Amino acid sequence: MQKLNIQLIVGIFVIIGIASFTYLAVNLAGVSFTQQQGYTLIARFDSISGLQAGAVVEAAGVRIGTVSAVELDPINYKAIVSLRINQEVPVQEDAIASIRTQGIIGEKFIKISPGGFEELLTDGMVISETEDAISIEELVSKYIFTAE
Amino acid sequence: MTDPYVQAHSTAISVRDLVVNYGERNILNGINLEIPAGQIMVIMGGSGVGKSTLLRCILGLKKPTAGSIHMLGTDITTASTREMYRIRKKMGVAFQGGALFSSMSVAENIQLPLREHTQLDEKTIQIMTRIKLDMVNMLPHEHLMPAELSGGMIKRTALARAIIMDPKLLFFDEPSAGLDPITSADLDALIIMLKTIMNMTIVVVTHELESALKIADHIAILGDGRVLETGTPQQIRLSQTTAVQNMLNRKPRETVVDPEAHLKLLVGNNY
Amino acid sequence: MQKTLEKIGASTISVLEDAGRTFNLLLLVIWHLLQPPYKFYPIIRQIYFIGARSLTLIIISGITIGMVLGLQFYSILERFGSVNLLGSGVALSVIRELGPVMTALMVVGRAGSSMTAELGIMRTSEQVDAMECMAISPDKFLVAPKVIAGMLSVPLLTAVFDFVALLGGYFVGVFMFNVAEGSYMNGMIDAVVWSDVRLGLIKSIFFGVLFSLICCSKGYYMHLGKAGSLGAEGVSFVTTDAVVLSSIAILFSDFLIGSLLQ
Repeated sequence: MQKLNIQLIVGIFVIIGIASFTYLAVNLAGVSFTQQQGYTLIARFDSISGLQAGAVVEAAGVRIGTVSAVELDPINYKAIVSLRINQEVPVQEDAIASIRTQGIIGEKFIKISPGGFEELLTDGMVISETEDAISIEELVSKYIFTAE
Repeated sequence: MTDPYVQAHSTAISVRDLVVNYGERNILNGINLEIPAGQIMVIMGGSGVGKSTLLRCILGLKKPTAGSIHMLGTDITTASTREMYRIRKKMGVAFQGGALFSSMSVAENIQLPLREHTQLDEKTIQIMTRIKLDMVNMLPHEHLMPAELSGGMIKRTALARAIIMDPKLLFFDEPSAGLDPITSADLDALIIMLKTIMNMTIVVVTHELESALKIADHIAILGDGRVLETGTPQQIRLSQTTAVQNMLNRKPRETVVDPEAHLKLLVGNNY
Repeated sequence: MQKTLEKIGASTISVLEDAGRTFNLLLLVIWHLLQPPYKFYPIIRQIYFIGARSLTLIIISGITIGMVLGLQFYSILERFGSVNLLGSGVALSVIRELGPVMTALMVVGRAGSSMTAELGIMRTSEQVDAMECMAISPDKFLVAPKVIAGMLSVPLLTAVFDFVALLGGYFVGVFMFNVAEGSYMNGMIDAVVWSDVRLGLIKSIFFGVLFSLICCSKGYYMHLGKAGSLGAEGVSFVTTDAVVLSSIAILFSDFLIGSLLQ
């Protein structure tokens, strides 16, 4: 009787623990046990200044994917960023990928601005139009320079 | 070994030249002891003569500094853990303080060896438990926890746990320590009964002379880390050894005191 | 001067002996783990003592700490005008650091001390010897279930702690300071990645093994140390020792793991 009770309580405890962990892993960390449907696009930047794998890809402020990898092209010193885009979101051939910052010191993310072409990009293709990260230092110095 | 009594019986445990040192203190200094099978052997001695140390060595809880202990055909001073556990399944120990597991009831305490070492079904375990509890008169108290038991009940439960596996060897550390004369007489009777009906080799360590003379087939008296005298109770009574006679007559230790030296001992040299 | 050196030497030796015994116990537990048959009930019983019985404490402290974090982060972030980072700040500090460490420290205080005391009392009252004489290996019967239960319970408790701490932070952020719910939630979701959760998980498993080993070895090997001849007082000494030592070990290894696994 007492043995059963202990087993029951431990069972409930284990379920609560695993449920909490699942919440952390799936809802917060975005681990999915089924492979998320989506396709990968490549974008080249001169400078990504602090953009990291796992960063958000947005269009019109809505999350449409994540940055899956950041690499350096060793020949011409460009940053090659792989973007994992959700399956249902189309990206046109002339869409623009730009690196933006949330707030002044917030995290970097990639913003996709839609293009006008009808041709859509498919898995493995390159977004040709890109805009680099705007660095605050450059912005400030530019402002001071023009003010003089 | 010249003792005819021992020669008449086969030997269950033989201790040879056992030496135990704790750091620089010498506790046992060359113990030789033959424990005959199927008999009650009482190891006696005053406080601090190394009775408990000897018992711990025989139980394999302490490695001696030198010497050997042969038990059931194996030298346990060099035995591996596995061999030791094999031998231990054939022995039962009732510790001085009972050493009952405080988180388990009386019945659970007694069942533990059965549950760990056998594949018996629940019903058989219950019956065996009740038989052993009945032998020690603890049947009405099987659901009590150790903390709720009196001193005598603890000893009896410890005894029941020691004999649950029907061991060949039974060790009992100070069965009468801290008990009133009647309870301790009950335990003595119980020990004799165990020998007769279960044919066990029983080793009792005690400092109680009366109960020792009553239950023993064979007595060994320890003193100064050595065996002073061995023999049947009758032989012990007639022993000419001074230390043994002093013990029998409850004579206090004779100490010759030099007043000058004693004063020095108490207050130091520079008084 | 010589006395001081002797003292330092003696305490160094005793610390090393302690560490050696703890490591020895780890090897024994692993050894027993490799040897069937397995009995699960003793482990379940220990999970009940270490894990389930600590749940209330963990939930209360988790909510409190989450709320305190929300409060403090808000007042700091407000100065920089980055209140939208509140969610990610609370979530990251809870999942990466505070969750595992605070949970482990709580469990040490609640369950670790009782582990040491239990084993210490069993040692002084000859219960361990009695078990040995019954041919039941006390390190298999008494210690292994505790260490395994510690290893399983701490991560589960940490997950619960994390969850309720995030709830506490959410409550303070959204209801007290009117941070937009979406910004708070999205902040958390965007900031937390699998490697953060994994770091917390690794830490909590490690802490679980660490504290249960230290607490068990302090009680189980009590007779080998200085406290062995002191009986009941000795048990209180080793219990205090075990709690202090486990806490230090947890905090120090937290730093080590943090710097090794970025």
